[in-house]
Amino acid sequence: MNAPSVIETVIETRGLAKAFGTNRVLDGIDLTVARGESLVVIGGSGSGKSVLLRTILGLEQIDAGTVRLNGEPATAPVRARFMHDFGMLFQTAALFDSLPVWRNVAFRLLRTMPPAAARARAIDKLARVGLAADVADRMPSALSGGMRKRVGLARALAADPAVLFFDEPTTGLDPQRAAGINALIRGIVTEAGATTVTITHDMGSVRTIADRVAMLDGGRLRWQGPVAAMDTAPDPVLRAFVEGRPAD
Amino acid sequence: MVVNPVRLVGRATLAVVRGVGQVALFAARALAAPGFRPRLLGEQLVRIGWLSLPVVGMTALFTGAALALQINAGGERFQAGDVVPAIVAIGMVRELGPVLGGLMVAARVASSIAAELGSMRVTEQIDALVTLSVDPMGWLVTPRLWAAILSVPVLVGVGDIIGIMGGWVVGTTSLGFTSQGYLANSFAYLESWDVMSGLIKGAVFGGIVALAGCWFGMRAARGAEGVGRATTNAVVAASVGILAGNFLLTGLFFT
Repeated sequence: MNAPSVIETVIETRGLAKAFGTNRVLDGIDLTVARGESLVVIGGSGSGKSVLLRTILGLEQIDAGTVRLNGEPATAPVRARFMHDFGMLFQTAALFDSLPVWRNVAFRLLRTMPPAAARARAIDKLARVGLAADVADRMPSALSGGMRKRVGLARALAADPAVLFFDEPTTGLDPQRAAGINALIRGIVTEAGATTVTITHDMGSVRTIADRVAMLDGGRLRWQGPVAAMDTAPDPVLRAFVEGRPAD
Repeated sequence: MVVNPVRLVGRATLAVVRGVGQVALFAARALAAPGFRPRLLGEQLVRIGWLSLPVVGMTALFTGAALALQINAGGERFQAGDVVPAIVAIGMVRELGPVLGGLMVAARVASSIAAELGSMRVTEQIDALVTLSVDPMGWLVTPRLWAAILSVPVLVGVGDIIGIMGGWVVGTTSLGFTSQGYLANSFAYLESWDVMSGLIKGAVFGGIVALAGCWFGMRAARGAEGVGRATTNAVVAASVGILAGNFLLTGLFFT
């Protein structure tokens, strides 16, 4: 008899809490992300979405609670191992100003590949996010906000990581580009089997990208469930957010 | 409410000790960070050392020249104008070369490092390094710290020579010294420890400058105001650190 299938948990938080001074940004967050799953975190501005990602990655110290990565408590060595197969798109793209675009994209690759091969891979990834090869030698300061965002996305994808975080991946992009990026992220999950956590306000992105949705409100986990259940969930705050109207 | 002065002093002392301890740990982490990166070190040697040469050289030139005028004016009161070359040389290599050179590097480099790292902090570039499995200490702080420790003594040495030549220009054009006589007098009383002590000071001051820039830059608060404050704090801390360090080192070396 076969052993029962076990859903492997990549990320797990329990009772996660974080405050800046008296402002409680995260308040007891329990969340799991399974391998190969696309979780989208939604919520209003200041609801703690970005801080949640940062605490999972250890970029912010937590005040209480636990984070487990690939089943292990997130100690420094565990985080270091996790980061080796990880990519992240930052809200501001966070490109390195002193490096040309292709070196930004190939930053991780250049440690294991000859420069020519890394550059070729970078140009290929730039093409995947809709940027022409002539962008490769420009400096980030010569790019528009939307182009910077796409370069950041190409950098996150460059090493084909198993886990990806996207912080507002479509902000600053026109609707057509945004649809392309959403499809790209969805493809990473369905075709490459990657695990993704995405933060977005864009409900179009949510419907395209998500397997599961979690809503934060005032630092608390307000609702979580399959994306298909989002539209029929009775929670009034979730409904108002999904429908784009003020909460009652 | 009555404030207990003993408690106030105790709290301030603890804060200072804690701050010094944190900076010491920061420096130790930077110096011990694994992975020597010659390309990054080379870039920083150029930015911190080579590009500071004009400002340090100009400072030394005018300081040496002014010193010669001052010592001549003072020395004539005691019919001791002949000591101008020796005092210019000793003053430059033991004190003015390292201190003024260090202060000029502090103004130029501590601010630049703090602004650069502060901007990287607020635009999440330092966080991006972490997500790309790069230790920001080893990537950003270590090359700057070593580059400053290595290049500032060289700047001080070059500044010493330029400062002495500043005195020589004044001495030979305005004070009646012959060229050969001025130079012979300059080096007649100069001891190797005078030069070495100045170079050691330069290395320490270089470390102070880089540490101040990196410490405040890496901790810059969000926004342009945070970067501005980091820059100001870095220059103030580096300058005060150099002056205090100079006092301590002079006491250690010459008493």
